[in-house]
Amino acid sequence: VARLRQALEAVKTEVHDVTDADWVSVVLGIAATKGLRHILIGQGTEHGEALARQAPTNLQIVRYERAIEAWQTQLFDGIDAGLTLARGALAQTGSLILWPTPAEPRLMSLVPSLHFVLLDANTIHADFHAAMTVENWADRMPTNALLICGPSKTADIQQTLAYGAHGPRELVVLIWHGHGHGGAA
Amino acid sequence: MSRVVPINPTQDFKERTRFVLNDPAQRQNFRGAMDFLQAKRRAQFPDPEELQSLRELGSQIRRYSLANLPRLLEQLEASLTANGIQVHWAQTPDEANAIALQIAQRVQAKRIIKGKSMVSEEIGFNHAMQAAGIEAFESDMGEYIVQLAGEAPSHIIMPAIHKTKQDIARLFEQEIPGVAYTEDVDALIQIGRRVLRHKFAEADIGLSGVNVAVAETGTLCLVENEGNGRMCTTVPRVHIAITGIEKVVEKLEHVPPLLSLLTRSATGQSVTTYVNMISRPRQPDEKDGPQEVHLILLDNGRTQAYADLELRETLKCIRCGACMNHCPVYARIGGHAYGTTYPGPIGAIISPHLLGLESTYPLAFASTLCGACAEVCPVKIPITDLLVRLRNEAQARPDTDDASLRGSGVARTVTASTVWGVWSQVYSKSGLYKLASWFMSRGRALSPSDQGAWTRSRTPLVPAARRLRDLIKDHADKK
Repeated sequence: VARLRQALEAVKTEVHDVTDADWVSVVLGIAATKGLRHILIGQGTEHGEALARQAPTNLQIVRYERAIEAWQTQLFDGIDAGLTLARGALAQTGSLILWPTPAEPRLMSLVPSLHFVLLDANTIHADFHAAMTVENWADRMPTNALLICGPSKTADIQQTLAYGAHGPRELVVLIWHGHGHGGAA
Repeated sequence: MSRVVPINPTQDFKERTRFVLNDPAQRQNFRGAMDFLQAKRRAQFPDPEELQSLRELGSQIRRYSLANLPRLLEQLEASLTANGIQVHWAQTPDEANAIALQIAQRVQAKRIIKGKSMVSEEIGFNHAMQAAGIEAFESDMGEYIVQLAGEAPSHIIMPAIHKTKQDIARLFEQEIPGVAYTEDVDALIQIGRRVLRHKFAEADIGLSGVNVAVAETGTLCLVENEGNGRMCTTVPRVHIAITGIEKVVEKLEHVPPLLSLLTRSATGQSVTTYVNMISRPRQPDEKDGPQEVHLILLDNGRTQAYADLELRETLKCIRCGACMNHCPVYARIGGHAYGTTYPGPIGAIISPHLLGLESTYPLAFASTLCGACAEVCPVKIPITDLLVRLRNEAQARPDTDDASLRGSGVARTVTASTVWGVWSQVYSKSGLYKLASWFMSRGRALSPSDQGAWTRSRTPLVPAARRLRDLIKDHADKK
C-alpha cells in the first residue's frame, strides 16, 4: 500500500486511508473544502447510495441513469466531481485499475473535473503483469479496461508540466482498509 | 519564429537543413528539449541490468510478432470481428482515406476529433477530410497547437517541441477569440482544455491511433497523459482507429513490457496517466462509448520491409522517439528539415519503405553513424546497420543482389562509382598503394585549397610530408 501511495502522490494525487465507517465523511469533507456543487454517482451502487444518503442539501447528487446522449451537455458543462470504484491497483506504477460497467460508465472517470476513487487495499497487485495473469484478463476483456495514474497532464508547452489537460484536474483516492472483502470485484 | 514546412520528399533536404542550422533560436529550443528528454529517460532506467534485459525482452516480443505477422494479423482480425469491431485493410494512404471517408459519409459526419496518430499524419488524413468538406480537429495539446499554427508536427512524441511558450501565447491570442496574452503554462493549457471540450462533445467521429493491438483478445491499447485519447474513443458515436500492420502482438501479457519500455523511453515516465484498452463497441446495457468501432490497418510499404529479414527489424519500432532524442543530427536540424512524417533515425530507416528510396535516400546519408540511436532503442533495432544497408541499396548497381528495394541505385553516380573503383584498386594492391601515397606526400603542395563542402567551414586537408612508412624507416635507420 505504501508503495502505491508514494507513486500516486508523486503525480499529484490526493490519497486518504479510510474505513467503512468514515469514507463518506472524508468525501463530504473534501467536497466542502473544495466547494463542490455536484457529485456524479453510478446507478444503483451501494457506495453511491451510501454517499447520497449523507449528502448535505447544498451538494447535488446526480446519478448516471440514462444513456449519455440524453444528457451529454449537462455532464460536460457542469458536473464538478464523480465517484467510482476501482477494480484494483498496481503498486509498481501507482496505477488504479478501472473496468467501467453499465452501473459506472466510462465517462464518469473522465469528464468531471475531480474524480473520487474507492480502492479496496486487498485488490492491490504488484504490477501490470501480475494483475492480468492473476485475474486472467485474457479470458474475457471488458469493453474498456483502464489504468489511471493521477490527474490528466501534459508537457507539450515547452516541456513544462501542467495538470488538468482533458481528463480530470484532480484525483482523490480513498484506500479502503476493511477486512472480509478480499479479492477483486 | 516558426515557418510552415510542408511534408514532402527530401529533394531540398540540404536546403532545409542549411536554413535551420542558421537559426540559433530554433537550435537552442531543440538542444534544450533534447537534453531534457534524454535526462528524463536516463532517470527512468537507473539499473543498467534491468534496462538491458527489458530491451532484450522487448526486442524478442517484437521479433516474434513480426516473424508471425501474417498469422497474427489474421488472428487479430478474427478476434476484433468477434468482439464487434470492424476491420478494414488499406494498401495505400489513398485507400485508407477512402475507407475513412466511406464511414464518415455513411454516418453523415461533419466533424472529426482526433487523438494523436502518426499514421494519420502519414496518410495526410486531415487534408483528405478537408477536401471532402469534413473538419478534422486535433485534440492532443501539442497537435492542436501545431494545427492552429498551420504547421506539421516536428517530433513524434512532442509535436510542438519547436515552439516556445511565448510562441504559443501569441498564437492563442491571435487565433482563439476572447483570449488574452498569457505566458502562464497552466493558463494556456486551461484555454486549450476549454476550447477542445466543446469539440469532443460536438464531434461525430473520434479518430485515434493504436500503440499495440493484441491478437488473442482483440484489444486495442492506447497510452496517453492528457485524456484526449479517452475522449476521442468514448464520446463520439463512431470511433475509427488507424495504425500500421506491424503494431500487433500475440498475447495480452506481451503488452506490459512494451508499454513500460515505451513510456520510459518516450517521456521518462514509468507509466502514462492513462492506459486505455478497447475491446468492444458500446454493448446493449452500457450507457456510453461509441456505437461503432473500426480499425484500419495500413500497409503503405511496410510489407517491403517485412519481406527482407534484415530490414524487417525496422518494423519492431514502438514509436517512442528515443532515437531522435539522442541523435546529434536531429538535435541540430529538428524534425521539419527531414521533410517526412517520421523524422530522426527511425524516419531515415522507415521512410524509404513508405515513400520509396528515390526521394528519401539523403536521410540515410545524413548520419555520423555514432550509434546513439541503436544504443537507446528500447527494442534493439540495429539502426546503424540499417542505415548502412540503405546507403548500399541507394548506390547499388541495378539488377544485382544489392538492389532489392523500390528505388535502389537512385544515388549511384558514374563519378562516385569510378572514384570508389579506383580507390578500391589502389588500396588492395600494395605496389599501387606505395606509389600513390608517395605521389600524395611529395606532391602535397598541389593540394587544392577549395575542397568543396569540406572547406566551407574547415581548413583544407593536406597529406603529410612524410608517410608513416617513411617515418618508420627513418626511425629504424637512426638505430
